Amino acid sequence: MLASLTLLLLCQLAGETLVVLFALPVPGPVLGMVLLFLGLLVRRLSTQQGVPEALQTTASGLLSHLSLLFVPAGVGVMLHLALIEDAWLALGTALVASTLIAIAVSALVMLGVERLTRRAVAEDAP
Amino acid sequence: MSAAGDIWVYLSASPLLHLTLTLIAYQIGDRIYRRFGMNPLLNPVVIAIVILVPLLVVTDTDYDSYFDGAQFVHFLLGPATVALAIPLFNQIDRVRRSALAILAAILAGSLAAAGSAAAIVWLFGADTVLMASIAPKSVTTPIAMGIAEKLGGLPSLTAVLVILTGVLGAMLGPPLLNLMRIRDWRARGLAIGVASHGIGTARALQVNEVAGAFSGLAMGLNALATAILLPLIWRWVF
Repeated sequence: MLASLTLLLLCQLAGETLVVLFALPVPGPVLGMVLLFLGLLVRRLSTQQGVPEALQTTASGLLSHLSLLFVPAGVGVMLHLALIEDAWLALGTALVASTLIAIAVSALVMLGVERLTRRAVAEDAP
Repeated sequence: MSAAGDIWVYLSASPLLHLTLTLIAYQIGDRIYRRFGMNPLLNPVVIAIVILVPLLVVTDTDYDSYFDGAQFVHFLLGPATVALAIPLFNQIDRVRRSALAILAAILAGSLAAAGSAAAIVWLFGADTVLMASIAPKSVTTPIAMGIAEKLGGLPSLTAVLVILTGVLGAMLGPPLLNLMRIRDWRARGLAIGVASHGIGTARALQVNEVAGAFSGLAMGLNALATAILLPLIWRWVF
C-alpha cells in the first residue's frame, strides 16, 4: 500500500518535472498517468505480467472515492455567487446545452467511425 | 467570550474542522446517492457542496480558511489521476481495437464542447472574457484554468464552471445516453469523460469498469487536445 502510493506520487512528480522542464501544455498528473501506463506496458512486454496486486488495490481504493476529491474545488463556487447570479441564464444554458452536445457528439462519432472502419476491414477480407 | 465561542475560534483556525466537515458532507451525499440506487441526479458532489456552502456562509467562513483544511483532500486528485492508468491498462486490448474511433470521437467532442459553450454565451451577449472563461470547461480543472488564462479569461471562474460541467455531465449524461439508446459501455464512458472530465469519470468507474477506463482515457486525451487546439483556434477566430 505504502509502496504503491509512493509509486503513484513518483509518477506524478516525474510528470510535473517534465511539464515544467519542457513547458508542456499538459497537467503534471495527466503526464504521470501516461508514464505509469507506459511502465505497466513495458512490464507486460518484458515479464508477461499484469498490474501488481498491491498497486491494483491502492488504485481501486483511491478511485472508489474519486468524487470526494472534487468537493473542495466545488465549494469554490461560493467565490463567484454574485457573477453566477448576474449571468445565470447564459451560463446555465451554455453549460447544460454544451455538455449534452459534447456527450451526444462524442458517443455518435465513436460508434459511427467504428462502424465505418469495421466495414472497411470486412471488405478487405476475402 | 463564552466557552463555546472560544472552542469555535480554536477549531475554525485549525485545518481539522473543515477537513472533517468535508468528509462528513460527502458521506451524507454518498449515502443518499446509494440509498436511491446511484441515481445520477443525486450526485454526491452536488449534495456535499449544497451542504457545505450554506454552512460556510452562515458561519462567516471565507473560502481560503475552508481550503486550509480541505486541501488535504484536494491534494489526492494528483495521485488519483495517475492511478487512472490502471483501469486504462486493464482495458488496453479494447482501446487498441478502436483507437481510430476513440481519437475521432475525442477531437469531435472537444471542439463541440468548447465551441457550443462559447457560442451560446456569445448569443446571450457575453464579452470575450466570459467566452474565454467558459470555453475550456469540459477539461480537467488545472489545465482548464491554464487554457482560460491563455485565452484571456478568468481562471478562478473557469474552475467553478469546470466543476459545474462535471456535475451536469455526471447527472444528465446517463439519461441522455439511455434516451439515445447507446448501450455500448465504451462509447458511454468515452462520451462522459470527454464532456465532464474527472467527475464524470468518478461516476463511470462506479457503474462499470470498461466505462470507467474509457472515461479516464477520454478525460486525459481531451485535456491534451483542448490545450493544444483551443488556443490556436481562438487566435484564428478573434
